[in-house]
Amino acid sequence: MRRSVSTLKAAVLLSALALVPAGAMAQGHDEIHLPDTKFSFEGIFGTFDRASAQRGFQVYKEVCSACHSMRHLSYRHLRGIGLTEGQVAALASQFQVQDGPNDNGEMFERPARASDHFRRPFPNDAAARAANNGALPPDLSVMVKAREGGADYIHALLTGYADPPPGVTIAEGMHYNKYFPGHQIAMAPPLNSEGQVTYADETKSTVDQMATDVSTFLAWAAEPELEQRRAMGVRMIIYLAILGGLVFAVKKKIWARLHQREPAP
Amino acid sequence: MAEGLHDSDVSNPVLRWIDRRLPVISMVQREYGTFPTPRNFNYFWNFGALAMINLVIMIATGVILSMQYAANTGLAFDSVERIMRDVNYGWLLRYAHANGASMFFIVVYMHIWRNLYYGSYKTPRELLFMIGVVIFILMMATAFMGYVLPWGQMSFWGATVITNLFSAIPVVGQHIVTWLWGGFSVDNPTLNRFFSLHYLLPFVITGVVFLHIAALHITGSNNPLGIEPKGPKDTIPFHPYYTSKDSIGIIVYLMVFAILVFFMPNYLGHPDNYIPANPLVTPAHIVPEWYFLPFYAILRAVPNKLGGVAMMGGALVILFFLPWLDSSPVRSMRFRPIAKWAFLLWSVNFVVLGWVGGKPAEQPYILIAQICSAYYFAYFLVILPLLAKIERPLPLPESIAASVLKHRGGGPLPSGATAKPMEKA
Amino acid sequence: MADVLASPPKTSPSEPGPRHADPAGTVHEGEGPVRRDFLKLAAGSFAAVGVGVLAWPFIHSMNPSADVLALSSTDVELAPIAEGQAITVMWRGKPVFVRHRTAKEIQEARSVNVGELRDPAPDSARVKPGKDQWLIVIGVCTHLGCVPLGQKPTDPRGDYDGWFCPCHGSHYDTAGRVRRGPAPLNLALPTYAFTSDTRVRIG
Repeated sequence: MRRSVSTLKAAVLLSALALVPAGAMAQGHDEIHLPDTKFSFEGIFGTFDRASAQRGFQVYKEVCSACHSMRHLSYRHLRGIGLTEGQVAALASQFQVQDGPNDNGEMFERPARASDHFRRPFPNDAAARAANNGALPPDLSVMVKAREGGADYIHALLTGYADPPPGVTIAEGMHYNKYFPGHQIAMAPPLNSEGQVTYADETKSTVDQMATDVSTFLAWAAEPELEQRRAMGVRMIIYLAILGGLVFAVKKKIWARLHQREPAP
Repeated sequence: MAEGLHDSDVSNPVLRWIDRRLPVISMVQREYGTFPTPRNFNYFWNFGALAMINLVIMIATGVILSMQYAANTGLAFDSVERIMRDVNYGWLLRYAHANGASMFFIVVYMHIWRNLYYGSYKTPRELLFMIGVVIFILMMATAFMGYVLPWGQMSFWGATVITNLFSAIPVVGQHIVTWLWGGFSVDNPTLNRFFSLHYLLPFVITGVVFLHIAALHITGSNNPLGIEPKGPKDTIPFHPYYTSKDSIGIIVYLMVFAILVFFMPNYLGHPDNYIPANPLVTPAHIVPEWYFLPFYAILRAVPNKLGGVAMMGGALVILFFLPWLDSSPVRSMRFRPIAKWAFLLWSVNFVVLGWVGGKPAEQPYILIAQICSAYYFAYFLVILPLLAKIERPLPLPESIAASVLKHRGGGPLPSGATAKPMEKA
Repeated sequence: MADVLASPPKTSPSEPGPRHADPAGTVHEGEGPVRRDFLKLAAGSFAAVGVGVLAWPFIHSMNPSADVLALSSTDVELAPIAEGQAITVMWRGKPVFVRHRTAKEIQEARSVNVGELRDPAPDSARVKPGKDQWLIVIGVCTHLGCVPLGQKPTDPRGDYDGWFCPCHGSHYDTAGRVRRGPAPLNLALPTYAFTSDTRVRIG
């Protein structure tokens, strides 16, 4: 018996260890400790706070979208954070997007429709660099999945601007940020004063609040399937648990027959 | 009975008509129904069936995903994001496929571990084992090329680094690399051919898996005692005993799989692969997928390009010689008091290799990788051949049945030699 | 029962080459107690349901995706289309025929006895009220999906002055209704609306 326990234990241990390298990797090499922000979508049963995500979209629209594209999103996707079809159509029509060519072979601008992708601030990467001192503002569609720490990192970065500590010199056009790898970031503090964005729902737009909201929005944008995914996961686990019980009972019954047949000496 | 028809036992007239002309039903009956199987398998014997199921899952999700994927450097990343957002259940299929690859390696590593612990590679199963190593190598190639397809930063730089391994080959190396790329760097032609091969290889694997199973059904399975069944008392029909036992493994496997897919789908991935490939900027810390890390560590342990590549290749190739390197007639480590510990240490060593493989290439990790690489090879080349000569194995039980029945009563276990771990189940 | 339990498993390999297994050695289902049969049935059907449910994502993934369903609409400028002319625009990957009908063509379409048509529809149901001159139909033959001829002035327009499908010889009239040939239905109408007197939005 003792041996059987130890073989099983070894099995469990080995499979657990198999996961360790990735986990250890995920910690990263640069030991910057991110503050843990409390988000509505954390945990197995967490969901995106729709109001926060909508405010976050407002922050993106009024602040971030001046430089950052979100090219994988279309206006219709905003139904996912609780906008109605009418709201989406009205919102989309505020933006001019390029279409064409028309019958004369020319490209033209027209108001966006729900099916259009988010309007991009720059026609291409070269134009984006030219307008930003050579730095390319990255696309934000999957930013939360593309950085260690996810939404916590976005929030920390947006609130992490500070004066450089003594002895640290910052290059021309760069800014000190506590949480950016290497601490020198080309992006000027985007959220810098309370009331920078006027929320319709009377939430006080402190820098922290705006950062939380836009992080929530970006988290949704990166993983719009998150709620459906976890809900399916919970149902899947329950199903497997029940099926597991049944299968276990069947197996026991089948093997009992073998054991009965040859009683122990 | 008509001349030339198979003598079928099937009673249903329609099935019988088919079976007499194409005895598939008899075959399944013979190979999976009544197939006499040692009665003392423990749950480590689940992993072969799990690997089979995993292969089916990978092919099913992969074929469906390929209907939405565009193998073009300008479109690949976007098409994957479209799968995640707009294709019905696209996120589920993609996450199942991506994590399915990890599950496949977990399962196959356990399968290999079981093989090594219970000495299943020894005669008469040498060829069965070698075919298994071929499957493992094909899997690695398939997984590597699949990881390139989303065309993120890790895809691109992984492809660059791994294809550059071939440049270590003297004289023709650089030509081979150019040939692999179809250009002067990893680019659109590379992506296209990787997609083509990534689609092809799973079917090659399926073919080799059938050879693996065919070979298995000639020799029959090994078992935890490592002694051959001597009579009818030692075996039980595969169905329903092992179909039911495998089913339990399948449920546990699906649970782990579901937890990964539904609750932590990106845990085993790398954030950098959500950044579109950029040939001008290498990520600060590039690492292969976790299942390659032990071999990656061996590569980096050698401070010489050709040497590193040769060692990494050798770490796989050496497995083909294992049945002859370990000439001890005793299969199961249960009866090999020294080899058992040498092997368990080797297992830990392998995990440590995986751990350093994920660390940056600096001290002390390089030193650890060197020590562990040395032990990896020493186990096969020195320890096993030596132990075959000097180790005194414990006495083997006279038969599987004797061993099983002896402990049914729950009496005190003598020397632990004949435990039956699954008794409780 | 007792002797069943007492007998050893009937499979009998006497050596490692287990090819000689007796096919009759299957353990018969009936011998187990009822509880196991019920359990087996329950586990089996529960597993089958799960496999069935899991098949759905695979099947559904091949249905039109969200971006395909959120089709953009097509705007058509009508002013340049002279009377008697027709243009073809693309909508949902299919051709849409926009035809500026002459008074004679409208008259032809009106004078038909609706009851005799294969797919009865009055001309008024084929156009928007007050826009009799604009016939807008999806240019895909309802037989097997070819694009009928009749858009260009040089095209054959069939026996009824509408369209003629060269693949299998279906004839459509000036209201896009099938009059002869194998096609079962009239040319389909897209959803569209006039956004002004000279502009129409299809979709």
